[in-house]
Amino acid sequence: MERRFFLLQRLSALVLAPLVLVHLMLILYAVRDGLTADEILGRTQGSVAWALFYGLFVVATAVHAPLGLRNILREWTGLGDKAAAGLAAAFALVLLLLGLRAVVAVVG
Amino acid sequence: MNSDHVGLLTVRIWRGREEGRFETYRVPARANQTVLDVVTEVQRAQEPALAYRFACRVGVCGSCAMTVNGRPRWTCRTHVARVRDEGTLTIEPLRNMPRIKDLACDLAPFFEKWQKAGGRHVATASRRDPLQKIDPQSKPRLAASAAIECINCAVCYSACDVVAWSADYLGPAALNRAWTLVNDARHGARGETLNRAFADGGCTSCHSQGNCTRHCPVELSPSESIAGLKRSALFGAPRLEEPA
Repeated sequence: MERRFFLLQRLSALVLAPLVLVHLMLILYAVRDGLTADEILGRTQGSVAWALFYGLFVVATAVHAPLGLRNILREWTGLGDKAAAGLAAAFALVLLLLGLRAVVAVVG
Repeated sequence: MNSDHVGLLTVRIWRGREEGRFETYRVPARANQTVLDVVTEVQRAQEPALAYRFACRVGVCGSCAMTVNGRPRWTCRTHVARVRDEGTLTIEPLRNMPRIKDLACDLAPFFEKWQKAGGRHVATASRRDPLQKIDPQSKPRLAASAAIECINCAVCYSACDVVAWSADYLGPAALNRAWTLVNDARHGARGETLNRAFADGGCTSCHSQGNCTRHCPVELSPSESIAGLKRSALFGAPRLEEPA
């Protein structure tokens, strides 16, 4: 199991690295000329490409971050392994739900 | 121990078990003396009840490791001149292991983790079989050879902060051993050893801080071995090459 978690965390990092770069460049691009929220939504809504991009982003984040959180909880708190895993799983669910909700709002 | 000394050396030595105190001794400072020489001199001339461990005195057996001025070292090959701090030596037992008495630790947990990491060699041939041919220049053999000269001194285990905060962590020496076996064509349980190295408390717990490699007296790199294990997460044990 540890091996699988280790692998998942590395692979999700591999996926996230380019996505984060594009995401940051996108923010710079969007705010450069003062695009309004309406203008941004006008470009993203209905776009399958952005839906896939941010959908993948959210899934990779929901895999990557909770695994790191689990390690931190195990190493730095007195929580047992099960409690740490439970909290991390709950965090994964929150990230996934909030993230997917945001994706739907932006491209839906 | 005649008149070849040049002044006195102040030595603080841990006496007791987990609870204890430092006792201060003064021993003749010599032009050429090791930390183990100093401990032996204290034991023979001033403190016959002082407990410490050594055997070969030439850096082969790995018995005499202690914490010297805050760092784990092999005392038989550590010259006082190289480590003394303004003329003072502070000598304690190794970290991360139960203390028995004075400078002697209980190394049982350290060696139990070697077993837990799958460090026991499983033979694939008997003495009646022909010798297995292994290309000494093959990649797995070079990886094993680079890590194999461990003297089991527990210096890396004592230096490791992950061991200090997580009692379950197998530690650098056991994982280094596992890596040599994972690369050894003669080992009959390469997959099993790799699985054990990835179990809870295994190689994924390593933070790559490198204290093990920094302190290893025989200049091995357990960090590199652990990195090799981690790299095996995706594709399993390194593929063995048939000898040419």
